Amino acid sequence: MDTAVAQQRVALSKLGAIDCDVHPDAPKRADLLPYFDEYWKEIVISRDVDRLELTGFPTSTRPFFREDWKATEGSGVDKLRKNLLDSYGLKYAILNCVTGVHAIYDPYLSTAVCRATNDWLKAEWLDRDPRLRASLVLPWQNPEAAVEEIERFAGDKRFVQILALCQGEMPLGRRIYWPIYEAAQRHGFALGVHAGSAYRHAPSQSGFPSYLAEDYVHHIQGFAAQVGSFVAEGVLGKFPDMKIVLIESGVSWLPGQMWRMSKDWRGARIEIPWVKEPPSALVRRQIRLTTQPFDAPRDPGELERIVEHLDSDDMLLFSTDYPHPQFEGEAAIPAGFPERLIDRLVRENALATYPRLED
Amino acid sequence: MARHVVAKVDELDIGKSKLVKVAGRDIALFNVKGEFFAIANRCPHEGADLCRGQVVGLAEAEEPGKVRMTRHGELVRCPWHGWEFDIRTGKSWCDPARTRVKSFDVTVTKGGTLTEGPYQAETFPVSIDEDYVVVEI
Repeated sequence: MDTAVAQQRVALSKLGAIDCDVHPDAPKRADLLPYFDEYWKEIVISRDVDRLELTGFPTSTRPFFREDWKATEGSGVDKLRKNLLDSYGLKYAILNCVTGVHAIYDPYLSTAVCRATNDWLKAEWLDRDPRLRASLVLPWQNPEAAVEEIERFAGDKRFVQILALCQGEMPLGRRIYWPIYEAAQRHGFALGVHAGSAYRHAPSQSGFPSYLAEDYVHHIQGFAAQVGSFVAEGVLGKFPDMKIVLIESGVSWLPGQMWRMSKDWRGARIEIPWVKEPPSALVRRQIRLTTQPFDAPRDPGELERIVEHLDSDDMLLFSTDYPHPQFEGEAAIPAGFPERLIDRLVRENALATYPRLED
Repeated sequence: MARHVVAKVDELDIGKSKLVKVAGRDIALFNVKGEFFAIANRCPHEGADLCRGQVVGLAEAEEPGKVRMTRHGELVRCPWHGWEFDIRTGKSWCDPARTRVKSFDVTVTKGGTLTEGPYQAETFPVSIDEDYVVVEI
């Protein structure tokens, strides 16, 4: 371990770092069975609903997992403790379940699997380590049931966020989703938008890619579309107390979109007069980004300029994206990240983003 | 400051605009509900002619989808990119502090007063019986 990395590790532990993107093992049918009622038990068995993988994220794909973490003995929370919670001295880690639960068409099956997944997260993860927090998975195509699910967990503050994919059924700014945001805001949940596609549409705006190398980077298009949708449809002004966290989106693509939207707003404002400030100001106030992957320049000396382009000290949230291999060794904080912002990055910004997260 | 006669009052109907040249400058003259205003003709963004812009009201909304129009006929939208300017002040609606076009003082004056002074319209003789739009630069 070189000195910089060792210092970073000490800093994370001392500052009480909050990791805003950690992935639990994807639950299989056997894991979720105890959390289904009789009917849905029958259905998931007879319909052979088992691995629940996202098409774009098969768990057998080697590049998605860090070999050294994978090799650690144990499973579930025990393994997470060894690899992450203990070794990084984390105060909290927020679990994001990014699986096929987000891609089910049947609105009632989707509701049942979301409920089972949330119950499983609670029993198998949150109840087993006080440092764990989680995002609720929701049946987005069934907003009424999604609101019920938020209400069901409103009293359990370990759930701090609701989770959507960056490429789902429809742009997330649409009014059909507003009852979900109303409930989320009322109970202090943030809205997390995670990389991933339900493959309702081609993952690029120009059609289907041929290779994984393209597919992963196309998520940025999905995130960009969601930011445009949140701004233009008026979600940011309508739900001002709900922060929106773009998870695993990368960072450096956003300043360009902020500049462009603010410029175009001057001419197109008349279509969306409820947007009363430059979009960049709205984005800075309400949208947040996790820092792995960071898509940083090759020279760490230039990284600070990217952070400056955001023109805000509040937007970045520390993440490891565990167990995905976004960085080598233990250098979870991107090299060259400005020292003066470390405190905000690893802790303060997360506390301001997640009202349900207690200091 | 010099005063320049730029138009006869009855040349410019309510809601209309006209390009006038004063002391080598292009100036967009507007009739807003019977009041006259003059701003530089050049949009500070890319230089389009503001006198050719659409004269509009102000669209505002407290809620998505619930829009109300106020200040009918008091703004001009640049013909190229749609930036809105307040005809009364020259200020951009989106960025009033930093983006603005110069605005000039305008008065309506009796021809009788004008012919007594050194004032002459460049394109027409001033008659004592009519009202004229006068821009100060």
